[in-house]
Amino acid sequence: MAGACGELPSEIATLDTERAEPVRLSRDQVLHIAELAKLGITEAETELFAEQLSEILDYAEMLNRLDTDAIPPTAQAIGRTNVMRADRVEPSLSPDEVLANAPRRKDDMFEVQPILD
Amino acid sequence: MELNALTIHDAHDALRRGEVSSVELTRAVLNRIEAVDGRVRAYLRTTPEQALADAAAADRRRAAGEDHPLLGIPLAIKDVLSTAGVETTCGSRILEGFVPPYDATVVARLRRVGAVLLGKTNTDEFAMGSSTENSGYFTTHNPWDLERVPGGSSGGSAAAVAADECLGALGSDTGGSVRQPAALCGVAGLKPTYGRVSRYGLVAFASSLDQVGPLGKDVTDCALLLGAIAGHDPRDATSADVPVPDYLAALRPDVAGMRLGVAREYLSNGMQPEVTEAVRAALDVLVGLGAEIVEVSLPHTEYALPTYYLIAPAEASANLARFDGVRYGLSHPEAPDIWEAYRRTRQEGFGAEVKRRIMLGTYALSAGYYDAYYLKAQKVRTLIKRDFDDALKRCNALVVPTTPATAFRIGEKTDDPLRMYLFDVFTLPLNLAGLCGISVPCGFAEGLPIGLQVLGGAYDEATILRVAYAYEQATDWHRRTPPV
Repeated sequence: MAGACGELPSEIATLDTERAEPVRLSRDQVLHIAELAKLGITEAETELFAEQLSEILDYAEMLNRLDTDAIPPTAQAIGRTNVMRADRVEPSLSPDEVLANAPRRKDDMFEVQPILD
Repeated sequence: MELNALTIHDAHDALRRGEVSSVELTRAVLNRIEAVDGRVRAYLRTTPEQALADAAAADRRRAAGEDHPLLGIPLAIKDVLSTAGVETTCGSRILEGFVPPYDATVVARLRRVGAVLLGKTNTDEFAMGSSTENSGYFTTHNPWDLERVPGGSSGGSAAAVAADECLGALGSDTGGSVRQPAALCGVAGLKPTYGRVSRYGLVAFASSLDQVGPLGKDVTDCALLLGAIAGHDPRDATSADVPVPDYLAALRPDVAGMRLGVAREYLSNGMQPEVTEAVRAALDVLVGLGAEIVEVSLPHTEYALPTYYLIAPAEASANLARFDGVRYGLSHPEAPDIWEAYRRTRQEGFGAEVKRRIMLGTYALSAGYYDAYYLKAQKVRTLIKRDFDDALKRCNALVVPTTPATAFRIGEKTDDPLRMYLFDVFTLPLNLAGLCGISVPCGFAEGLPIGLQVLGGAYDEATILRVAYAYEQATDWHRRTPPV
């Protein structure tokens, strides 16, 4: 790869091909994930995402080259824990401000469809 | 020089000397926006009346004896930041028409010192992207070549600064989204240490990676903007309780005695040759200014990309669950039940890249896969962070390229998500480590800007600003302006 404008660095562009079986999401798996995320997806999107997500997850398999058994996870780099404040009541947004963007409002509530079957 | 072409610090001098009023300055910038934004498309919306009112108020405050480097200075705000009373969409159709009832802390801090807010700049949808092509509205064009991308996700802010459509701007950086577009547009862009700047009012993408950062025409302007927005915020539990130094005082035109680390993993084969040349030439300039180069290694660099593309989407999938048509934004009240309402709202309101990342993140967090993907990535993140901490024991700052190549053509990478992701290889690792970095222009290739990154330790923005400033003052790149 010549590294011309817009081309990828060749070392970085090499995908991991050491393993025998590439990651391949099935149509059912894709539909299951979409439902977990309450994301409506079309038939075309289901196929496209199966392919694209598989490619990305396959690439992510390279993390398995690293032995991390003894390594603690980093959830956030700053190392803050248990940030507290005094339990003091302070002014907040008014109900009108909170409801100003409500698609449907009833009194001081957001109106939605029934949640229970 | 046209008023809109001034830097923040030069404009401040002119305002202080009474040579110009903020109203005149703001009008000049608004005229410039009108003249070029039809082609650049940096702004999603401008608020000219409010801007002129802000400017008049700033002039009155100045007449009453007040002064501040940002008093009366017209700035642009990336549309992922909440601005009270001004529509905020995050570049998404799902928030079309959403008007926040409060300002983000950084916006409030700018207003408090009397800055003039011009409008909201374009962004990849929910800051997810590297080119601003994922905006649900339109693409922004690079002022250096209108057929090319400005970078992303803060492409609107970067383009606005480059095209003199504002004197400075705020963006957000989760995987490089301030530094990368700054590089592609030939301006300065800084990502603060995680926790340095409040995230309150920044619509969350990846909560452990996001930071608000300034974009400016030069390092001094970035230092001034950072000084105004940095600092602990009780409303953001992840903001650091660390004092804010005087960043302006840190700017010195020399780096005598400083040790600058060059990471071999960041100068790989196959990069655009002009980028490698420009970075090497920049290192020579820094040596000439008194720095010593130290070779360092960040051995886990190649793992940063897959690590980021598991952690960021996982966090995004949780953060974007709130967009369901209940409290704000696009809604589907005709749906037969609440779940169908959610599905339709999110199907219609989100673009392809956002959906892709939500899916990826949901999968990485789901039962049976959490350990293999999300937890694994968190552990590799520790290794990546340790690489930086170890390297920074041997040098004051690292000097690396910002991107592997200059700006690509609009539409060139949109068919292959993974190819697009690979463009951020040099910026992503810093977000995982939570440290600070700045990109400044260091050359051109066929008329397109090249960026140089200076990366530093936690809360050491003063050092990276100093190195960037010294380099900048010894060169002329920051004075070049695009042909638009």
